[in-house]
Amino acid sequence: MRTPDGVSESDFRKALEEFANIVGSQWVFTSPEAVDLYRDVYSIYRNEPEEPVIPAAIAPYTAEEVQAVVKVANRYRIPLYPISTGKNLGYGGPSPVYSGSLVLDLKRMDRILNVDVQSATVLVEPGVSFYQLYEYFEENNIPLTMDIPDPAWGSLVGHALDRGLAHTYSQYGRDRWSSRCGMEVVLPTGELIRTGTGAAENTAIWQDHQYGMGPQIDGIFAQSNYGVVTKMGFWLRPAHEGFRRGRVHFANFDDIHKMLELDTRLQNMEVYNGMANLGTPLYGSMMPGMHEKPVTDPEHLRLLEIKDSKRPDPGPLARYGKENRIPFWVLDLKYHGPNSITKAQWEYTRDLFSREVPGCWFTEYEPLTFPLDKATMDTLNEPGRVEKVHLGIPTLARFASVMRSELNPNPDVGHLWFAPMVPKNGTEVLKAQEVLQRETDRLGVKLPFPYYAQMPLFWYPRVGIFLAGWQVSPDPKVNQRTREQYIELTQICADLGWTEYRAPAPLHKDIIGMANGFNDSAMMKFRNTLKDAIDPNGIISAGRYDVWPKHLREERES
Amino acid sequence: MKRLILLSILAASMGVAEADDEKQHARGKAVYGKWCLICHGEDNGSSGGGTRALKVLYKGVVPAKLEDRTDMTPEFIKTVVRQGQAGMPNFRYTEISPEDLEAVIAYLRRNNK
Repeated sequence: MRTPDGVSESDFRKALEEFANIVGSQWVFTSPEAVDLYRDVYSIYRNEPEEPVIPAAIAPYTAEEVQAVVKVANRYRIPLYPISTGKNLGYGGPSPVYSGSLVLDLKRMDRILNVDVQSATVLVEPGVSFYQLYEYFEENNIPLTMDIPDPAWGSLVGHALDRGLAHTYSQYGRDRWSSRCGMEVVLPTGELIRTGTGAAENTAIWQDHQYGMGPQIDGIFAQSNYGVVTKMGFWLRPAHEGFRRGRVHFANFDDIHKMLELDTRLQNMEVYNGMANLGTPLYGSMMPGMHEKPVTDPEHLRLLEIKDSKRPDPGPLARYGKENRIPFWVLDLKYHGPNSITKAQWEYTRDLFSREVPGCWFTEYEPLTFPLDKATMDTLNEPGRVEKVHLGIPTLARFASVMRSELNPNPDVGHLWFAPMVPKNGTEVLKAQEVLQRETDRLGVKLPFPYYAQMPLFWYPRVGIFLAGWQVSPDPKVNQRTREQYIELTQICADLGWTEYRAPAPLHKDIIGMANGFNDSAMMKFRNTLKDAIDPNGIISAGRYDVWPKHLREERES
Repeated sequence: MKRLILLSILAASMGVAEADDEKQHARGKAVYGKWCLICHGEDNGSSGGGTRALKVLYKGVVPAKLEDRTDMTPEFIKTVVRQGQAGMPNFRYTEISPEDLEAVIAYLRRNNK
């Protein structure tokens, strides 16, 4: 029998029996067949000795059961690793960081506990997926809508806790964490707390207001391991009335500076509130929904040849672009709201860019009116059309981009995400492209497109994220090299001030310190202090985001 | 007379078996609809790409849509669902229970010869 480190077999058996008494024996998984399902199928340590071993998994049904399980685990010092839907693929999936942890699978806790249409709020458990909530709204004719991430099979709670990002509104969801309102957390001792106004014995506004009285502690439960979140509230939006999309095209290489300056200004003025996408058709951008067709013209391909990792000369490319009406840059803007209002917002956008960037031109798309008719629904996600994720409609379409296809006939087993954040200005974006191209070439990182064809994603209003999925191989030797490349490139980016916004769990131990080195890593020490105080036996998610309990820190340092 | 009774019993038990099969297929179809169809349904812009991936892999030798297949073994279906394949993730018991998986297998094999 596989047991957690430091736990005797007899103690482990007793603990399993107690877990079974709490959740029911059918929800304590110990058979190799059941336990293997908690391996990360995308693991960068797949089939290597370092791949985490999972002795068992427990699937509670209520917060009370979570409390009872945590208390037992605390008594026997059994490490637990809570997951929500376990579909955080590319970031660790359902697998723990610390080998020997038992997975606390919260998928069965999938209740939508409250929906307040007037306030546009919900209260959900961790097992609730985006699909589930969307279908609940549809089936019950609830006039609310929410922001949707790429693969919609994930959990709202898990997405928020990993500070995941999505594609719809700048407010109420794209930065999921910022739209949370009130959490219920089982602490590592088994005690239950509620954050925000939920800390009061009676609250009438738990999902309406984020702050209670006194220190706000919500933040310590995101990208961390200080408790098990069993409920979370979210702010949503009223159902769509209209949607408008427009593109601004820029002919010149240097236009990138003004383009990003104005884009930031417009977003901070809330002139537009949807997800802006940036493409570079002249450099062969292939971002979803942008320049959809690959470059095939031999003359264009010749101008795109990369020599010594250097940027293909923008001068001849710009001339080619002007001759063929291909823009250097495209800014794809989205507006959510009544069409009468977004019409004025789009007109303001056009006026501003026309004044400030001579020679730019525009494409205006027919605005959508909701509810969408079937014919419109059926054409969403088709090339050149609006993507469902931009309308808050769940889909797995973007997931398909990493699956086998004509463009990718021999996919590997999975991917892990590399995502440094750079300041949102032209100089830094161009510099990042050049550094990332040079360093990935030097390190031998295989990516489907050169960095010159990639533009950062502007999920956040003031930074761009260069997102790339690195392939995971069935060959451990290849994965070992991938890890080395990932760690080295992360350090290079960190040295330039470009930290990642989120990182794959198997590499937390290697890279989180790079983003927390200020003042002799004072933040890492503070997190350890918190860990020791809140979780003295170190039973919750050891190692997640490189926060380790005392006994394991000492073991790792010796 | 004896033969007639036996035949009646046989016919009745076949009817029960058919009804059980239909029930199992309906359950399998529902589970398939919840977990599999988003990737293994129509190959369109909203799909997670399973049908497209199988089109590229099989090149028309067998149907790309799993519901049109008549050659899959229970072991094959079980292995792919539980272990994942080529980017497709696996599914845990808390998502697709062993009983639900049996129903999916029955549904996907309903037309097997």
